[in-house]
Amino acid sequence: MNTSTLDARDKSRIETTSTASALMANEAQLSGKPPKGYWHNVGNKLRHDWVALTTMTILGLIVLAAIFAPWITPHDPYQASMLDRLTPPAWASRGTAEYLLGTDELGRDILTRLIYGARVTLLMSISPVLMALMIGGTLGLIAGYAGGKINMCIMRLTDVFYAFPSILLAVAISGAMGAGIVNGVFSLTLIFIPPLARITESVTTKIRNEDYVQAARATGAGTLTIIRVHVLGNVLGPVLIYASSLLSVSIVIASGLSFLGLGVSPPIADWGLMLNALRESIYVAPINAALPGVIIFITCMSFNLLSDSLRSAMDVRL
Amino acid sequence: MFSYILRRVLYTIPIALGVTVICFLLVQLGPGDPINALLPEEATQEMIDQVKAEYGLDKPLPVQYATWLGHALTGDLGTSIATGRSVSTEIFSALGNTLMLAFGGMLVSFVVGLTLGSIAGSRQGTLSDRVVTGFAVTGVSVPHYWIAIVLVAIFAVGLHWLPAMGMGPRGSTGFALDWAHIQHFVLPIFALSLIPTGIIARSVRGSVSETYGQDFVQTLRAKGMPERQVFVHVARNACSAAIAVMGLQMAELLGGSILIETVFVWPGTGQLLNNAIFMRDLPILQGTILIMALIFVATNLVADILQALIDPRIRR
Repeated sequence: MNTSTLDARDKSRIETTSTASALMANEAQLSGKPPKGYWHNVGNKLRHDWVALTTMTILGLIVLAAIFAPWITPHDPYQASMLDRLTPPAWASRGTAEYLLGTDELGRDILTRLIYGARVTLLMSISPVLMALMIGGTLGLIAGYAGGKINMCIMRLTDVFYAFPSILLAVAISGAMGAGIVNGVFSLTLIFIPPLARITESVTTKIRNEDYVQAARATGAGTLTIIRVHVLGNVLGPVLIYASSLLSVSIVIASGLSFLGLGVSPPIADWGLMLNALRESIYVAPINAALPGVIIFITCMSFNLLSDSLRSAMDVRL
Repeated sequence: MFSYILRRVLYTIPIALGVTVICFLLVQLGPGDPINALLPEEATQEMIDQVKAEYGLDKPLPVQYATWLGHALTGDLGTSIATGRSVSTEIFSALGNTLMLAFGGMLVSFVVGLTLGSIAGSRQGTLSDRVVTGFAVTGVSVPHYWIAIVLVAIFAVGLHWLPAMGMGPRGSTGFALDWAHIQHFVLPIFALSLIPTGIIARSVRGSVSETYGQDFVQTLRAKGMPERQVFVHVARNACSAAIAVMGLQMAELLGGSILIETVFVWPGTGQLLNNAIFMRDLPILQGTILIMALIFVATNLVADILQALIDPRIRR
């Protein structure tokens, strides 16, 4: 037993020295460094991609601010002050340093409410993508791996959901169920399941027919083992990349639902709801009215650019 | 070709049926009994039963669905709870206004997206490519309802160049080909077309640059074909991918209109839907979603057929 594995190792060393990549691996071994793997390469690419670094910093700051909101915000998010209504931001002529980004229509500090709003908005937009990833991913995996009738049933069902413009379906479901975070998350999850199922199905179908899966099946590996060992690892990359590109869509739609009054209800701080409430003040304080949208835009843009960077670093083609 | 069209049309039928099932079930999602909206709070059980029988709500769901579908096929989508008018009348008076916006947005986003995408795709890596790619990413990330607000703040409130809301002078809902009416379209169409333009530009850039990498382009160049003519060949090959994307972008245009119409107080289906949600006017909600989804199904059918007409590889 022991000698045979050693033999095999020796043999493989002899065989691999003939190929260029193995030469490099050997060199790395000689110089005491471990051979470079796939994730090492991905990390290396990301480290030299300033777009990825910038967007990760921005998103990291937003998430940290959301988590530590009570400790870093200068004001109380619900403390209204009739005298300070619609104070312009600090850089404007009548602005004060007390309210860095000005105040809203009830005199509440906009910066504070944006930080608290990040909690609700991020929760309401990230959790549907995660849940849809689990449900849609599982459906797609089953459809792609099983093929045949099961595939047809699942995929035709997703086709029907594809027939609805996604914002409209989200609005209709939330509208029929009534406003609220839970209903909003439910409707968003429902609209993200079909695209995720579809992408997982197409990747799984491709991998299912690869030689190594056929070989595994021929050697008697069980279905679950094949999926766990061979399929999942290859499907996960592209599907996660695709899911990450849905995050910005999710933020736009989730804020859109709140903007229509279908998300959280006042006085809870939420980016879309703030945009809606401040819209009435557009003639008096246009800058204040536009501010909540700026943070939505920056967050979406960061998610989009980061997703693009990840895609090229991981060399995934969808 | 004919058999492809026939197959594609036949394939649409189960999809359309599925759409009606979802629209029907949508109403069942709501909290409480849909009947409550019709009855006073102190209604007796006897009254409830009577109204239920009258509306066919005492029957099992599949029977209710069949009845509803039968009525819907003849154009009868029920009666609005809020106004008492027929749902189809309400929807069709609003639909025209929304379609005007959607087709305006379609025109703008297709033309601009195609132009920008082909410029960027054929000049990969140059400054103009980077500018277009940057614009496309921005266009994809901007919430259009926010851009609408910013546009109103700049062009209506700040500069007084364009009207802030409504569809025509003094709240008119008609349309005429004069500046007084057209100026009301400028801001909504711009805001609505921003996202589709970004997405179209991005995917057209992708398919054009991918086509440029194919062997036949090298052959064309090797035999001395001028670059302008090479582009025509590339464009024809990249075209079908572009049409597929444009068909899908109709979803963005039809769906996006609900938020844009809210900002601009546009008397279209978006506003109708929005009002229906707050009045809990479920028949209107159901009918509007059904009609919008069917329009989207139809535009995708057209896009698929166009794609097959242009690209023989798809006909199979």
